[in-house]
Amino acid sequence: MIVRRLGLVLAVVVLAVLVLAAAFPSLLTGADPNAADLLATLRPPSGDHWFGTDQNGRDMFARVVYGTRASLLIGVGAATLALVGGVLVGTLAAQGGRVGDQVVSRLLDVVLSVPGLLLVFLAAAVFGAGGGTAAIGLAIGAVPGFARVVRAEVMRIRGSHYVEAAYGFGATRLSVVLRHVVPNAVGPVFALAMVSLGAMIVASSSLSFVGLGPQPPTAEWGAMLAGARDFVSIAWWPTVFPGAAITLTVLAATVVGTRLQRAFDRKEAR
Amino acid sequence: MTGHTPSAEAATDEPLVRVRELSVRFPGVDAVRDVSFDIRPGQIVAVVGESGSGKSVVARTLLGLAGPGAEVSAAAATFDGQDLLGFPEARWRTLRGGRVGMVVQDALGAFDPLRTVGAEVAESLWQHGTVRRREYREEVVRLLTAVGVPDPRLRARQHPHQLSGGLRQRALIASALAARPELLIADEPTTALDTTVQKQILKLLRGRADDGLAVLLISHDLAVVAELADHVHVMRDGAFVEEGPTSRVLGAPEHEYTRELLAAIPSAGTRGRSLTGQYPALASDKPEPGRVLLRAEGVHKSYLAGGSREPIVAAHDVSLVVRAGETLGVVGESGSGKTTVGRMLAALVEPDSGTVEIDGTPWRRLRGARRRDARRRVQVIYQDPLSAFDPRFTSAQVLAEPLRLKGSARADRMAELLGLVGLAESVLDRPARQLSGGQRQRLAIARALAAEPDVLICDEAVSALDVSIQAQVLDVLSDVQHRLGTAYVFISHDLGVVRHIADQVVVMRAGRVVESGAVPELFDAPQHPHTKELLDSVPGFGDPKALVKPS
Amino acid sequence: MTGIVKPVVLRLAASVVVLWGAATATFFLLQATPGRTVDVLLARTQAGPEVRAQIVADYRLDDSLPTQYLTYLERLVTGDFGSSYVLRRPVVDAIGGQLPYSLQLIAATLVLTVIASALLAVVSANRRRWVQSSFDAIESLVVAVPPFWLGLVLMGVFSFTLRWLPAIGATSPLGLVLPAVALAAAPIAVLTRVLREGVLHALTEPFALTARSRGLSEVALRTRHVLRHAALPATALLGWIAGSLIGGAVIIEIVFARPGVGRLMLSAVQNKDMPVVTGVVLLAAAVFVVVTILVDLASRVIDPRVRG
Repeated sequence: MIVRRLGLVLAVVVLAVLVLAAAFPSLLTGADPNAADLLATLRPPSGDHWFGTDQNGRDMFARVVYGTRASLLIGVGAATLALVGGVLVGTLAAQGGRVGDQVVSRLLDVVLSVPGLLLVFLAAAVFGAGGGTAAIGLAIGAVPGFARVVRAEVMRIRGSHYVEAAYGFGATRLSVVLRHVVPNAVGPVFALAMVSLGAMIVASSSLSFVGLGPQPPTAEWGAMLAGARDFVSIAWWPTVFPGAAITLTVLAATVVGTRLQRAFDRKEAR
Repeated sequence: MTGHTPSAEAATDEPLVRVRELSVRFPGVDAVRDVSFDIRPGQIVAVVGESGSGKSVVARTLLGLAGPGAEVSAAAATFDGQDLLGFPEARWRTLRGGRVGMVVQDALGAFDPLRTVGAEVAESLWQHGTVRRREYREEVVRLLTAVGVPDPRLRARQHPHQLSGGLRQRALIASALAARPELLIADEPTTALDTTVQKQILKLLRGRADDGLAVLLISHDLAVVAELADHVHVMRDGAFVEEGPTSRVLGAPEHEYTRELLAAIPSAGTRGRSLTGQYPALASDKPEPGRVLLRAEGVHKSYLAGGSREPIVAAHDVSLVVRAGETLGVVGESGSGKTTVGRMLAALVEPDSGTVEIDGTPWRRLRGARRRDARRRVQVIYQDPLSAFDPRFTSAQVLAEPLRLKGSARADRMAELLGLVGLAESVLDRPARQLSGGQRQRLAIARALAAEPDVLICDEAVSALDVSIQAQVLDVLSDVQHRLGTAYVFISHDLGVVRHIADQVVVMRAGRVVESGAVPELFDAPQHPHTKELLDSVPGFGDPKALVKPS
Repeated sequence: MTGIVKPVVLRLAASVVVLWGAATATFFLLQATPGRTVDVLLARTQAGPEVRAQIVADYRLDDSLPTQYLTYLERLVTGDFGSSYVLRRPVVDAIGGQLPYSLQLIAATLVLTVIASALLAVVSANRRRWVQSSFDAIESLVVAVPPFWLGLVLMGVFSFTLRWLPAIGATSPLGLVLPAVALAAAPIAVLTRVLREGVLHALTEPFALTARSRGLSEVALRTRHVLRHAALPATALLGWIAGSLIGGAVIIEIVFARPGVGRLMLSAVQNKDMPVVTGVVLLAAAVFVVVTILVDLASRVIDPRVRG
């Protein structure tokens, strides 16, 4: 029990630090992430450079801190877009009658048939590589998952006895939607969004690694790892720290998301 | 290894099962406290009690399956002379299925849905080596035939969901008896079944007992116990409060709890009086029924169930009338269409043809605000109150919803409604899902009354409740009718409840009304064969004292 | 057996619809690509108007939209995915040449996933709380690790430091080990959890009590009953994993500089070589559809309730 509490607290703290690093990176480090010192390339971690320096002599710690914004932005942006899109599409499917439901579900099937990463590849080929393309591509790939959950929840709530009873008391359609459908459906969907956030961040860093994310010289964890690849044999720190940052971020987001999900499950299943 | 054959001597001195001062403790709960009982071959011993009494724990403990965290202690616990208390797991496994079999309430869940019925029945054969492998198929057919399953070869190849409830229960009994045990533990074996099917299963069990099988019957239903058991123990809060031959215990109960339980059973004999004794005003006569509030005329409704091409007829040419201040009972088995009829009366479902009128106007002609106003006048109470409340709501929010929609949720009005149903004001702050079953149902009634309805449709509203809780809710309903003159449509499969509470009754079967009329008269002299069949199947005829077994 | 024909036919029909939808979507994307196809094709050369006209005629770029669409569909059905703008080879050849390497990787990953998950699930399906919690924590951690980073780390440790395994560009069986492990890590974590939870849940179901009341040992209960129940959600998950591996394999191939569809796809994207890009996308969709049908069939075999 205590372990669980501790885990949640740690996760929230980590997320808070990350938000801070993304919004006000200068508060966490004085160094300039783009200052190249060609006399000090690939120095191991030390008192001067906590995370060492990269192949251009730039301070790794500063690059990791400043890279938080770009690294998180795509993931958060994609998750938000997917959430909004999923809610719209899912509601459309649930309320659209039999025909609407079928049409929407078939469209979702089509999107679902292509893995998310390949969708971004496709988008990048058409619209050019960049952070925005990556976010939109990932969001589109995730919409079917959200839409399915929303659709299932809305249909379940609509068919429940308490909604039926509310109509029996003379409630209008709108008040039922506002008072019962939305509050009961929002929980599971939001929890799913938090859990998906982790997957989005992994995916966006993978895309940056192969060059389809934010273009240089923007500091970004996936791009940093791409640069570090050539030096894996001689320097471990350019590889380890950005990757650890990604892992830690995803872990924190997933922990918070799973707790939310369990909290909402418990509320329903009594 | 062959199965054990029951002893030829009818009454040996040493009982098959001997239990003295058995206690079972879980962390924080004393589930069973110092119970003692014997079971002899050919005897049916019953443990009767309400939910939470610990009776199922007793049953499972005899198989060493009390559950994780259970602490079992007893002065004595023997089976055929062997001491169960020291049993290692290996000896339990020999006992389970081989010498003691178990049947539980819901065969659909009790069978592995992914395996065939035949495989499930044969599993005991496999475990105990009762017959050789290549004889499994024939043995399964023999077992299914012996429990009365027609077309056993086909059924053995099918999966549990393809059998009807009654056939499944028979197959479950067959699987429990496959390795020829001497004792069968039956935990609520007929609770989930229609009354007519229940009668056949009880007959089957009685037949096996007559052949020498010892039976431990666990049940909450005093009527079933009266029909079947030789000896009964009444259990409450983990302890036995009374025991003895069935005819004595149910005919002349000594303990107060047993008397309360018996008094709480609704039947023809309890008409017009309070089941719990707390509402003496019910004894006075009800006013004459008033005008016609709801009328169904020639109503038809059929559904296309998923997969099948034949439509299911839920209602065929159904006509009935609900008058102000009167209770109309709608009785029938599962699939009779009674729920659909109730929903059509409340305008939750539209009939395919025929009309349903409220105060002379067909529902079809009502739209918009007029329809909403009319809907308020007919409220529904469901069987499962858990699904009837928004899971996030407190009791206060549940009760306030209809009040808010009519005007405002005033505290004094809410207190008044709670008083009508006998709920304390302290329930208001609690989440609705945390209330007990009886409290939830009363809250549902209070909520329905908040809309000031003329008619209340109770769809199996008390079927999921314990006898004593059911008695309370029935009393509340009767009391409310006396005070407010609300009309009821009482949908139930339980004839005893309908005979207790209804003024008029409609008997349904497969979507058709087979008989209708005033309550005491119709049941005293039924005309239609199905009505007679229903009445015949009710164990104890709704009044356990009327059917006592000679000891 | 007739009961199985209708659903399979329906499923095939749905799959065709999905594939058609994917093909249509890619067609419109192709049309939406900024910059005319002609210009892209001629990006590297200086060519006169006659050459341009020739290319327009060859690629039928002047036909009306519906005609182009129909031609496109027609060619797809006959297996003609067009020619790569860059490689000047039919797309089918280009992809086909690289496909075996990718399939090797995906197959190795799937086999590794199934075996490792099954073993770990058996070990972790323990009633004791701390066992479950530790596995839960480890699984969450593994899923949080980006596969490409795991690949880099594995490379660093096993190829460069310990020198046990080859690093880059290897096509030998040994060269499959690190990429497959990197790709399989997250799927193993997820599948193990689903299997374990399936087993633990099934052990609390009413049929488990019935089986025990017949005298079954815990081992027999698991093998005869529980495993089959746990296999249901696991099969559906495995199908989804197989679909997503296609995308993951692309990244891992690039990390380890392996030959395969990954390298091909990346350069195609960078060069805006649309025929290759859409070819790979449609291939992925086709694979997904096939996998879905297989999962469906498997579910019907395992769960007779679905057959109805």
